Parts: sequence; structure tokens; C-alpha cells
Amino acid sequence: MLIQLSQVIASGLAMGSCYALIALAMVIIYKTSEVLNFAQGEMAMVSTFIAYTLLATYDIPFIIAFPLTLLFSLILGMIIEFLFLRPAKDPTLLGLIVITLGVEMILYGVAGWKWGAETKSFPSPILDTKVYNIKGVVVSQLNIWVFVVCIGLMLLLFLFFRFSKLGVAMKATAQNHMAARLMGIRAKRILSFTWGLSALIGAVAGVLIAPITLLDPNMMVDPLLKAFASAVLGGMTSMPGAAVGGGILGVVENLFGWYVSTEFKSVVAFVIIVVVLCVRPSGLLARHYVKKV
Amino acid sequence: MDMKRDYHEDIKLFPNNVGMAWFLLLVAFFVSFPIFAQDYIVYILNLIMIHVIVALGMNILVGYTGQISLGHAGFFAIGAYTSVLLMTKLHVPFLLALPASGLVAAFFGLLLGLPALRLKGPYLVIATMGFGMAIIHIIGHWESFFGGHMGIITPPISFGPFILDTDKELYFLILAVTLGMTIAAINIIKSRIGRAFIAVRDSDIAAETIGVNLTYYKTLAFAVSAFYTGIGGSLMGFVLGFINPQNFNLFLSIAFLAMVVVGGLGSVLGSILGAILITILQQQLNNIPEIPLLGKGVIFLSERWFSMSGIANVSSIIFGFIMIMIVIFEPLGLWGRWLKIKYYWKRWPF
Repeated sequence: MLIQLSQVIASGLAMGSCYALIALAMVIIYKTSEVLNFAQGEMAMVSTFIAYTLLATYDIPFIIAFPLTLLFSLILGMIIEFLFLRPAKDPTLLGLIVITLGVEMILYGVAGWKWGAETKSFPSPILDTKVYNIKGVVVSQLNIWVFVVCIGLMLLLFLFFRFSKLGVAMKATAQNHMAARLMGIRAKRILSFTWGLSALIGAVAGVLIAPITLLDPNMMVDPLLKAFASAVLGGMTSMPGAAVGGGILGVVENLFGWYVSTEFKSVVAFVIIVVVLCVRPSGLLARHYVKKV
Repeated sequence: MDMKRDYHEDIKLFPNNVGMAWFLLLVAFFVSFPIFAQDYIVYILNLIMIHVIVALGMNILVGYTGQISLGHAGFFAIGAYTSVLLMTKLHVPFLLALPASGLVAAFFGLLLGLPALRLKGPYLVIATMGFGMAIIHIIGHWESFFGGHMGIITPPISFGPFILDTDKELYFLILAVTLGMTIAAINIIKSRIGRAFIAVRDSDIAAETIGVNLTYYKTLAFAVSAFYTGIGGSLMGFVLGFINPQNFNLFLSIAFLAMVVVGGLGSVLGSILGAILITILQQQLNNIPEIPLLGKGVIFLSERWFSMSGIANVSSIIFGFIMIMIVIFEPLGLWGRWLKIKYYWKRWPF
């Protein structure tokens, strides 16, 4: 019984770490520019397809292909910001959402056009089938990797935002755009870089999720909602919040799937969004700001 | 330009008798249209009119009340399934099933509107998106009741001995419903309710200060919008002859939002223009290789760098570009472009 429960929690945490990574990518963009990025899932999906092409078509070893993918996603994120978000002059909230939705459609179309709709299996060196047995709890190699990478990235991001000049500049831009510009920070360039960084984290998530979900243009539609739920759960502006939210969502979803019904597992994300937003609109870990009139 | 001198003039449906005469002429044209048109064009017109209904509902919520929703595919699905299930399982006549599907959708709109009261901006978008996906998920997985992923065949519409089963026969029904819904939308917006919606959009705090009941009007906006979408969904089921949950995915919600944004926020004419443009684009882009000029280029690109099997996806690329370009270059949408052209010629030659 206890072993069963810890098994459910362990696999929930592994899935939750994937959600947390995408949520993290969203939070970084939302914190810096207050843009809700609906294209996050598709950005990750396209990056994963690039990794797939490098691995399967060109037979490049994973050690080289993975950094190349990250580089590509960094450039992809920066190009998207430069081409589509920068030209919009004081856009409204709806305008920004429509722009990111448009980017989502474009990326989805490009992926479908280039790679077709049929599902492909992602040739990852980290296997989902290779399992370890830790005191009766079965954990796959992939699960462990996802969890470790998520924690590691969180730590790296923390260090990046705390100690690097670029990270501090990003934080400054997030807090007060105008003041940051007056201090000599190139705010526009920082925004571009934020998108690049976020796309990069999304790519990591995509490569980690791909062996589980299989590779096709629709692979990120569901994880996108889950990532939104995680981000909302933790508070849209808090990075540790996104990680905690992802973990909680993954575990709750798995517990629901185990004890109630696997078919309606995906509905849990929606219920969590609604409940959290009703009870604590600013999320678990974010500070609540009251709007002044 | 269009100055209103008193309240009565403001709430009038037509500015003058000439406008009314033109409108009646237009209606007469549309009524006689199927006599000489091909079936395929009538089918496209049916789709356009259904999308006009949905776009009107969407605009009442997004354009007039300022609440963004990405879950309207859910209401659309609720409308379609309600009328089909009522007619096949309970043998309810169509005349009752149509308003019933609107009302059921409106009830769900009310349910979604209640948590939406506490949500602002991005959070509302996420919650409504979750709602849309949850509805589709439930419909898809509850196979015993909703037919699951296989979908259900819609029964034919019958009024006593008359059975409407061709596109041309459906056309008259949809035309009548669309006309009624459009006039109703104009009247809602010009009434006290519509003014309250607009006040909530412009500043909800200011609106509350002058006595607009936010709870009431925000949920009402959701309910009215869902009602329109439900009616649209119900009619769509009959036009397609077959419904399955895959039809009502997130991309449909995005298309609905795109109609309103591309057409013009806060404008009835804009909703109509947006629905027409998006529907025609959807239909034309489905067989993109057959479009002159563009088709050849796309085929060339597909053979050279992309794949021929995924060529249909070009339509979503073009869609995405249109959405982005409208926001960047013409935030008022097609309606804003129309206003500019109109005023240019009114002022001409100055």
C-alpha cells in the first residue's frame, strides 16, 4: 500500500518536473515582459523536432546534437521576440495574447509542414524502459533524469539571476522598465534574451518529454495547459513557485488517476486552475499586489 | 460625422429610411440567393453565417465587456451535442432543441462566469482555455453518453412533414436565425445592458463606482456570449451532419478569437467581416495547391524543403501571420480599415 502510494507519487513528481520546466520558461517571460506566452509549447516542440532531425537524419551523437538544439532554440526565441513582439506599439493584453497565439499557429504549421503529422519515436539516449528498483519503487532512468535536470536548472537559474550581470539586468528590467533603461540597460535586448532563455528551457523540457509522449506536432497541446496550471498554482511571477506548482500538479494528477479515474486525469489541471484562482488568485508563492486606482 | 442628437436617435436600428431600404434589399438578395447559386457556395454561406453568430457572441464578451476567452470551442461543442442528444435520445422537436442548446451553453457560461469574476486578464485566459479543453476531454472520454471519439451523426431537422436535409434548405433556417441574432445583438448593445458591458470594459472599478453591478454584468456577458456560441454550435452540427470532439479543439477557440480581433473589437460589423474573412480563408486554404500563383509556389517549396504530406499546414502559418499583422498594423481590425475608408470618402476632397 505504502509502496504503491510512493510509486504513484514518484512518477507524479517525474511528470510534474516536466510541467515545471515549461512553467518555468513561461514565468521567465511573464516576469520580464508581462506577456503570457501561448507559443511556449510549440517553441519547445519545434526545438525537439530539430533535435530529432539532428539525431535521426544526420546521425549526430547526442552530446553534440543537444547543445546545437539549445543554440537553435535560443536563436528561435530571440527571433520571435524581434520579429513579432517588438514591432507592436503599446499593445493591449489581448493584442499580446493574439500575437503569441499567432506565433503558436505559425510554429505548429511549420512543424506540420516539415515533419508531417505522423508520430515519431524520439531516439533519446536516456531510456524510459531502463528502470531502477529503489526499495520496491520502480523508477525509470528518464524519470530520474527529468527530476535531476529540473532541480539543476532551478539552481542554475537561481545563480544566474543572483550573481550574473545579465541576470540582474533582467530582474531590473522586470521590476521597472523605464528605470532600467535610465541605468543604461538595453531593455529591448534584455527582452530578446529573455525570450531566448525561455525558449532554451522549453527545449530542454521538450527533449525530456519527447520519449514519453512521442514526437508529433500536437505533443505540447496538453503539457501547455498543465504548465499554465503549474505556473498559476505557484503564482505567475515566482520561479520556485512554478517548480513547486509543477510538482504538486504532477502528484495530484497521478493520485487522481490512480484512485479515481485515469480517463479524466486531464480535467484535474482545469479544476486546480479554477480552485487556486478562486481561493488564492496570486498563487501559492507569489506576493499579492493590490492595484492602485 | 455620425453625431447623435438625442437618445431616441441613438437606439434606432437604422439611421434613416434609406438605410432601412438598403437593408431590406440586402435581405431580399440573400433570400433569393440559393435559387441561382451552386450548392458548394450555399454551404460556404452557411458556415459563414454560423461563424457570424459565434463572432457576435464572442464580441459581446471580448469586444464589449473586455473579458478574454479561449474556451468558446467548449460552448460550441456543448451547443452541438445538446441539440443532437436531445433530438436523438428524447426525440425533442428541433424548434425546442435549438433554444435549449443555447440555454444549456448559457448555463455553462454562467458557471464559468462565476470564477471568472475573480480573475483578471491573463488568469482569465488560462482558466477559459482550461475549461474548453476539459469539456472536450469529458465529451471524448464519456463514450456511453456522448459517443466518444467516434462522434455522432446528426438527425435531420423536421418541421412536421417538411424535412430539411440539403444545404439550400438549411440555408433559409440559418439565415433567419442569423438575422434574428444579429438584430438582437445590436439591440443588446444599445440598451442599458450593453452600456453596462462597455462601462465594465473601459474600467471595471469606475463602472462599479457609478452603480454597475459587476457580478451581475460579468456573468451575464459570459452567459449571453455562451448562448450565441451554443446556438452556432447547434446549427453547425446540422450543417456538418456529423460531430466528433476533435472538431472542437483549442484551434477552433483560437479561430473564434481571431475572427473578433481580425474583424474589429467592439463592433457588430467587425464581427461579421471577421467571420466572413476567416471562414473564406479556412475554406480556400484547405486546398492550397489549387490556388493560382500561391499554390505553385507552395508546391515548389514543399518539394524542395518541406513535405507534400503536410501541405495543409500552410494554412495555419498564414492564419498566424494574419493574426499577428492585424495586431501590429491595424489594431482596430477590418472594421477600423472600413471606418478609415468611409471617412476618407466622406471628407473627400479635403
